[in-house]
Amino acid sequence: MDESVRQAILTAVPSLRAFAISLCGSVDRADDLVQETLVRALANIDSFQPGTNMAAWLFTILRNHFRSEYRKRRREVEDTDGHYAESLKSQPEQHGRVEFSEFRTALSKLPTDQREALILVGASGFSYEEAAHICGCAVGTIKSRVNRARTRLAELMAIDGAEDFGPDQATRAVLVGNDRN
Amino acid sequence: MSDEKPTGRQKPMEATTTRNKKAPVKLSRDIQARLGQQLRSMYDDVVEQGVPDRFTDLLNRLDENGKKGKP
Repeated sequence: MDESVRQAILTAVPSLRAFAISLCGSVDRADDLVQETLVRALANIDSFQPGTNMAAWLFTILRNHFRSEYRKRRREVEDTDGHYAESLKSQPEQHGRVEFSEFRTALSKLPTDQREALILVGASGFSYEEAAHICGCAVGTIKSRVNRARTRLAELMAIDGAEDFGPDQATRAVLVGNDRN
Repeated sequence: MSDEKPTGRQKPMEATTTRNKKAPVKLSRDIQARLGQQLRSMYDDVVEQGVPDRFTDLLNRLDENGKKGKP
């Protein structure tokens, strides 16, 4: 493997992990997902075009792999009654380093397509165009998913979305005060 | 004329202040900023952990195999 390719892959790994954890909610599963992504990437490294965005390429592989695994597991749930539920129960609890915050809970309640769009644009720093490419959809679709994700998050976290009729203006001022500076 | 700030083309229904679950909620910039901050801080916590050894080892191993596999 070319040293520059190797470096580009290693540079993308931390962000790839963060994306995977945000997608599936478990560090262990996320790291397996990253590992499977790297194996796939290396097996298909000839299809990577030098000079293009390595991170975006790896994110695309991870995202597609996650989606197909997810679909497979959904089928398993339907096919083998109770079996998948058992396997979930036997999985270890989330590691302490993943803070089980209100925010994370709310994020996990978003539909997958909204969650991935929001993370790609809002945290990974991809442009709408890059996110659309990674998810294989139109730019407008990404924009609307991100908007719906934000609105839903605010609802789930019981933040009132409209400025004119908050439950308590004073509380809000405290909550958002830090962002003004 | 309405004394509301011009917010582009809005359907009259969306401009009213009655609570309606179906009406799209317009998030204030403060709330968007707050959500964005929480999302990034959750994400960056993981990014700051760097590259776990298992992935450096994996790349080394895959690279070795790749070299062996080639004539």
